Amino acid sequence: MEYLATLFGSYWPNIELTAWTLMKIVAIVAPLMIGVAYLTYAERKIIGYMQVRMGPNRVGYFGLLQPMADGIKLLMKEIVLPTASNKGLFLLGPVLAIAPAFAAWAVIPFDATLVLADIDAGLLYVLAMTSIAVYGVIIAGWASNSKYAFLGSLRSAAQIVSYEIAMGFCLVGVLMCANSLNLGKIVLGQEGGLLHWYFLPLFPLFIVYFISAVAETNRAPFDVAEGESEIVAGFHVEYSGMAFAIFFLAEYANIWLVCTLGALMFLGGWLSPVSFLPDGIWWLLIKMAFLVFFFLWFRATFPRYRYDQIMRLGWKVFIPITIVWIVVVGGMMQTDYAHWFH
Amino acid sequence: MADMVFTDFVFYVLATILLVSALNVVTTRNPVHAALFLVLSFFTAAGIWLLLQAEFLAIVLVLVYVGAVMVLFLFVVMMLDINIDKIREGFWRYLPLAGTIGTLMAVEMVMILSNQYFVAAKSVSKPAGFSDAAALGSVLYTDYLLPFELAAVVLLVAIIAAIALTLRGKRESKSMNPAEQVVVRKEDRLRMVNMPSEHEPKPVDTAENGEAS
Amino acid sequence: MFKQIKDTLGSLMLVELLKGLAVTGRYFFAPKMTIRYPEERTPQSNRFRGLHALRRYPNGEERCIACKLCEAVCPAMAITIESEQREDNTRRTTRYDIDLTKCIFCGLCEESCPVDSIVETRVFDYHGEQRGDLLYTKDMLLAVGDKHEKQIAADRAQDKKYR
Repeated sequence: MEYLATLFGSYWPNIELTAWTLMKIVAIVAPLMIGVAYLTYAERKIIGYMQVRMGPNRVGYFGLLQPMADGIKLLMKEIVLPTASNKGLFLLGPVLAIAPAFAAWAVIPFDATLVLADIDAGLLYVLAMTSIAVYGVIIAGWASNSKYAFLGSLRSAAQIVSYEIAMGFCLVGVLMCANSLNLGKIVLGQEGGLLHWYFLPLFPLFIVYFISAVAETNRAPFDVAEGESEIVAGFHVEYSGMAFAIFFLAEYANIWLVCTLGALMFLGGWLSPVSFLPDGIWWLLIKMAFLVFFFLWFRATFPRYRYDQIMRLGWKVFIPITIVWIVVVGGMMQTDYAHWFH
Repeated sequence: MADMVFTDFVFYVLATILLVSALNVVTTRNPVHAALFLVLSFFTAAGIWLLLQAEFLAIVLVLVYVGAVMVLFLFVVMMLDINIDKIREGFWRYLPLAGTIGTLMAVEMVMILSNQYFVAAKSVSKPAGFSDAAALGSVLYTDYLLPFELAAVVLLVAIIAAIALTLRGKRESKSMNPAEQVVVRKEDRLRMVNMPSEHEPKPVDTAENGEAS
Repeated sequence: MFKQIKDTLGSLMLVELLKGLAVTGRYFFAPKMTIRYPEERTPQSNRFRGLHALRRYPNGEERCIACKLCEAVCPAMAITIESEQREDNTRRTTRYDIDLTKCIFCGLCEESCPVDSIVETRVFDYHGEQRGDLLYTKDMLLAVGDKHEKQIAADRAQDKKYR
């Protein structure tokens, strides 16, 4: 250390900062990747159990090495470039899909102090990142030069833009309660146990947020962008090998992201539900896993929505509900019951 | 002052990308590429705003323009059947008019920018705990309340106008109405009829059957 | 009117969705009915129609008399037979091929056989690594028959009164 400091002289503080930041990024992304890999395993296992099947149970004990086997398989496969595709954009698609899914984790607080970038407008930043994730899908669909892929990307674009509005309104409710856009402060605003978490006063917003999150991540029952019964596999029909795997990873990373966000905003993040247990990162992990389980549960339960009904749900049901509840929250804040909302 | 040098470096990189991509928006032949270059220039502009410590504005730029407006833009552009020859057909015919307007805009811009009000502002160091969003909000809802409300009303008018323009009234064709469809219950479509089951099948009378057929 | 309000409230409260979730949630804990195939197998009928075999009499003489009934009855035209007179003046096949890529495992060959020569065994998990591997010749079919004769005979005996 000392030697390095003398070597770089006055630049040392900058370099040290950069190195530290890089290490922190690795410390966030590496567990995230493992989480994503094992989410695919959990999905197959849980949906299997709900369908009275076993799920993967061959590779390793209880199939625990299955994600590794899948990863190796996908890495070995050839990436086929369709002749008539737009090569550059075709390869850019997966990158644009996964980059925002990881970039958004920069502002997620795992603990009162454990956060990479503690920025003021953290909530907006996450929202911006989730909203640009759609570019990967759109570009992939267009660059593939395939009708199915294109239809998938059009569906996805319209769907994500629609549900983003409802999701944004839900976040407005949260920031009204917390008086801050900073995710850490939003969590600290819910201090004091289970009854002070925002999901109680903002219950309709919590439900709308969660369902919009399912739609935003293109998951069942809102997965019409893939809709294998109508448009084969949607936007990633033409992708194979690792390029396909990247889309897959991005989808699951997004699931973790929206669930973490939900846990932070409505379920009190790392705060303990009862006063006699200490706060800590494990509470956040438990809440994330709880919400993620619902994603898988939904997929095992609900049949796919028809596209026009998805649009109706987003525009004619969710957005009115959120607007009404925001007005209610604003009104309640002026009354004697304002303490419920803080 | 190594720090200053570094931010300058970042600024020039971002500015170069911004200019190149902005130039590409108007010169590239494929409209989809043009739209994507516009996305890139929004992004780099947001980066430059971040350098100015206007993080709220930068993020909102990405959120609104990149995340919503440009998605819809791309949505439309992608569906166009692009005939490049046709697009470039009237280039020379429209050049004089377009050139005049362009020059006029450039001159206006120079006049405004060389005005005394637009001298480069000294960078203001923010106090710790200063929140962009909160400051912006408090100014917006106190000093600039009236313009803000006016802008909101203008947007509302635009929304209503857009709906009025696209509303076609009652359609002649038989179209689906998902709102009606989702409220349908089993009882509306299905009638359960209770019929007595027939126990003893009658002995088959072959002669009668033969006559009947 | 009242019903409409009730329905709207119900859908806002996600009643039907919660019912659906309850169903899958219940089955999450239900005993699983997966059969772990190589270790566990489903019970087979003695009339199971799997891989073909040609049988022999206990003295080692092959049963097939080259009557070509199976060739004629085969709906997929998967069977090819050529025959000639052997030195002891019996008619025997010189070629008996079954193309398993054509075969539809209908069992008509087995039913048509007057001497119970061509039979379908319980073997279903055979494979070929090339296309030609699934063209079974007379020698291969006889080998299958020799290997599974005990099982084949037992199955036929069990089914005797219905044949």
